Amino acid sequence: MPLSDFQTVIGLEVHAQLLTQSKIFCGCSTAFGAEPNHHTCPVCLGMPGVLPVLNQRVVEYAVRTGLALGCTVKATSVWSRKNYFYPDLPKGYQITQYDQPICEWGELVIDTPSGEKTVRVRRIHLEEDAGKSVHDAAASAGQSLVDLNRAGVPLMEIVSEPDLRDADEAVEYLKVLRDVLVYLGVNDGNLEEGSFRCDANVSVMPKGSTTYGQRCELKNLNSFRFLKQAIEYEAARQVDVLESGGKVDQETRLWDVNKGVTRSMRSKEDAHDYRYFPEPDLPPLLVSDALRDSQRQSLPELPRAKRTRFMSEYGLPAYDARILTAERPLADFFEACAKHVSDAKKLSNWFLGELSRLLKEEGTPISALRFTPAQLGELLATVEKGTVSANAGKDVLGEMFRTGRQPADIIAEKGLAQVSDVGAVEAVVDDILAKNVGEVEKYKAGKKSVYGFFVGQVMKAMKGKGNPGLVNELLKKKLGE
Amino acid sequence: MSSLTDLSMLELAAKLASREVSSVEATQASLQRIAQVDPKVRAFLRVDEPGALKSAEASDARRKAGSPLSALDGVPVGLKDIFLTEGVETTCASRVLEGFVPPYDATVVRLLKEAGLPLVGKLNMDEFAMGSSNESSAYFPTHNPWDLTRTPGGSSGGSAAAVAAREVFGALGTDTGGSIRQPAALTNTVGLKPTYGRVSRYGVIAFASSLDQPGPMARTVGDTAALFQLIARHDPLDSTSADVETPDCLTGLEDGVRGLKLGVPREYFAEGMDPEVAGTLRASLEELEKLGATLVDVSLPHTKYALATYYLLASSEASSNLARYDGIRYGQRAKDARGLKELYTQTRGQGFGAEVKRRIMLGTYALSAGYYDAYYLRAQKVRTLIREDFTKVFQQVDAIVSPTSPVPAFKLGAKVDDPLSMYLMDVYTLPCNLAGLPGLSVPCGFTQAGLPIGMQLLGRPFDEARLLRIARAFEREHDFFRRAAPV
Ligand SMILES: [Zn+2]
Repeated sequence: MPLSDFQTVIGLEVHAQLLTQSKIFCGCSTAFGAEPNHHTCPVCLGMPGVLPVLNQRVVEYAVRTGLALGCTVKATSVWSRKNYFYPDLPKGYQITQYDQPICEWGELVIDTPSGEKTVRVRRIHLEEDAGKSVHDAAASAGQSLVDLNRAGVPLMEIVSEPDLRDADEAVEYLKVLRDVLVYLGVNDGNLEEGSFRCDANVSVMPKGSTTYGQRCELKNLNSFRFLKQAIEYEAARQVDVLESGGKVDQETRLWDVNKGVTRSMRSKEDAHDYRYFPEPDLPPLLVSDALRDSQRQSLPELPRAKRTRFMSEYGLPAYDARILTAERPLADFFEACAKHVSDAKKLSNWFLGELSRLLKEEGTPISALRFTPAQLGELLATVEKGTVSANAGKDVLGEMFRTGRQPADIIAEKGLAQVSDVGAVEAVVDDILAKNVGEVEKYKAGKKSVYGFFVGQVMKAMKGKGNPGLVNELLKKKLGE
Repeated sequence: MSSLTDLSMLELAAKLASREVSSVEATQASLQRIAQVDPKVRAFLRVDEPGALKSAEASDARRKAGSPLSALDGVPVGLKDIFLTEGVETTCASRVLEGFVPPYDATVVRLLKEAGLPLVGKLNMDEFAMGSSNESSAYFPTHNPWDLTRTPGGSSGGSAAAVAAREVFGALGTDTGGSIRQPAALTNTVGLKPTYGRVSRYGVIAFASSLDQPGPMARTVGDTAALFQLIARHDPLDSTSADVETPDCLTGLEDGVRGLKLGVPREYFAEGMDPEVAGTLRASLEELEKLGATLVDVSLPHTKYALATYYLLASSEASSNLARYDGIRYGQRAKDARGLKELYTQTRGQGFGAEVKRRIMLGTYALSAGYYDAYYLRAQKVRTLIREDFTKVFQQVDAIVSPTSPVPAFKLGAKVDDPLSMYLMDVYTLPCNLAGLPGLSVPCGFTQAGLPIGMQLLGRPFDEARLLRIARAFEREHDFFRRAAPV
């Protein structure tokens, strides 16, 4: 059977670092990029005698996420220990949730070429991150170093059912999930710094089959591109194995970024026996009705709902709505600006065009914008009225972006206002027509192409500030049209 | 006139309060006594003479200024080496932690410091609190002051021996399956295992987290109560710490047992008990009856499963708790290991003693995939049944009375090669840990050969005050405390 006769089946396990100030079981900072082992204490170093104390903010964030994904938030869940030896795991076990996670059975809707698709979320659980082993820096001395700044950083693992059917769906799911988490304010969505990472379970089965094939777990997927490449490579590899009469082994595979292949990390035979058991140092995790209710009430409008509303409320096309709602600060700013303009589509054009360009070029976050929604509204109104040209408007926006000054001041200072005074324009028009009597006669004799020449001359004389509409109107009148 | 070290903590506290003696004098007396008898008893792993004297001087200065910190300010005590002490080496009597100087104090250590008690030193114990005779200490066994050829019990045997030998006025131990009560019984001292969650475990090196509980060991019931009140605090650093008020155990201490119903569990008086222990216990029960208590025959039917349940659960938790001793961050690291796996296996192979390895292997096995349901999970279910046994009985009675240990102190070396018979030493004490209840051992007599015998009292959760009151009623009739060990 060729590749096209197989169906890929994918489930994703997403690890999202929760945006708390302190770690999950101690008061140490979670800030990224500190000196190695700077953000540590006896608790996260796993010193003898230490005990974990749960950071309640972590619970709030998990509940929030669970509600946003339509999960059942469990009133009681249980902490477990996952036992294994590794130098960056200070206690020799990781505190995590095992058979009784805090949230179960939700869903996430994604867009696919064939329409909307609902992907089931099997569970959301909480756990502590491990530290980091550093092999490069000290390798010459035959040493490995351990940095435990990350040890105890709170993670939320979101596990999907194997409902995804190709790499593009997986990428879309990951993007939509990231947008949701960022919207909720529980994660920063930063794949590069590892605060949002993903493992993929991939299998293939003959099309039409109802039995899943043997799956492999792909690790080290820290970009959307790698996720897509790794899934496509792995699916093809598994098909090759099956085609050549072999069978796919259940194993953990790494995505080799340089070679563009997946390779075996460990097989089922040497898979760990983690010896899970309930964590005796922590009581069961209780979520009160009050906490659940307060989180439910403070849930923000999520990207998909917002997109739909932008289309209906502002009459925007789907394309515009999706871009405007992809990030919450942008969407919020758009809505604030929309209060000051009459034509939301025109506003959207400015957002998708000039404003996006400026934000990208200057690397400025929305939160750091210097001008106000009212100022942008005023600029758009000024352009609408023809007080400045659209091109001049872009210059004004650039200046507002850099300085936050009032558009009227910028227009006045730079002399960008169009001349719409009938007398003034008429005088120029009369002057140009008087100076070009020969051309006027040609025009009147039927050579209509001369018309552009008159416009150009008038505009030149007015240094480009003549109101184009008025110039046209007066020229045509004078030429007897 | 007896020597200063013969005083009880409360007697010394009274003399300190009246300025008859100073804390420095008491601490020096303690240090001198250690110098004199510890070469024979070997209770101390480490004596912190400068630290203790400095603390005693500070106590005297406060006294002079009229601002003592607590009722026991200035009374020197010792600590089982399982408690982390900032700046003072703490090994849990294991090679694997040799040279480990903790950067922080256990909560109970902080509480004792805040109450102004000089901490004289760190006391010997079974390695990682695994054992019932102190012989699994990686350093040396401690000897029973009543007979130096015998064990003081374990795992808090160093604490018990130091208190019994009058080297310190009181001490802290920990009790996972009887480790405070059994050595107390074997050394004519009082030991209280508080309700699980009553005393913070923060900074106490973990053996079995769901069973471990620190507690006081002293020569009198009053001392035990006074020391207990200093450490029974809710601790936000321990998530299993109970948010309950510190009990007042001293006010009603002399109220006696009249009107109390005391349960006598028939399963605890089964075969296997030493005849002298059995006889002494019978006599003690009659005395309690004479003092006004009513004895009630009760049954704890799941007692026979307690030992197996305990060893499965305790070993399972221990196998995980001891995983952190890997030579990576602190303590001893194997010198010539090449590669990570060798570093782990050699460090742990060299660092842990036989008993610790035995339990790590047992626990690892019990938690393994495929065996979890048969062992760990089943043990948890039995634990629930054992708890329910107690809940039912406590609907009928105010406390339970039993022997603490089935036998008096046995010879050093007698059970070393027979771990199962050693495990039987805890048979009366460990159901209490499985149920999370408070338990107390109070001296109740001596054998013909002059070896101490202890009586165990078990109570409802957070009912330590009543156990102390019962123990005090009994103690008042005997004054075993005045009888000093012949060391
Ligand atoms: Zn920390």
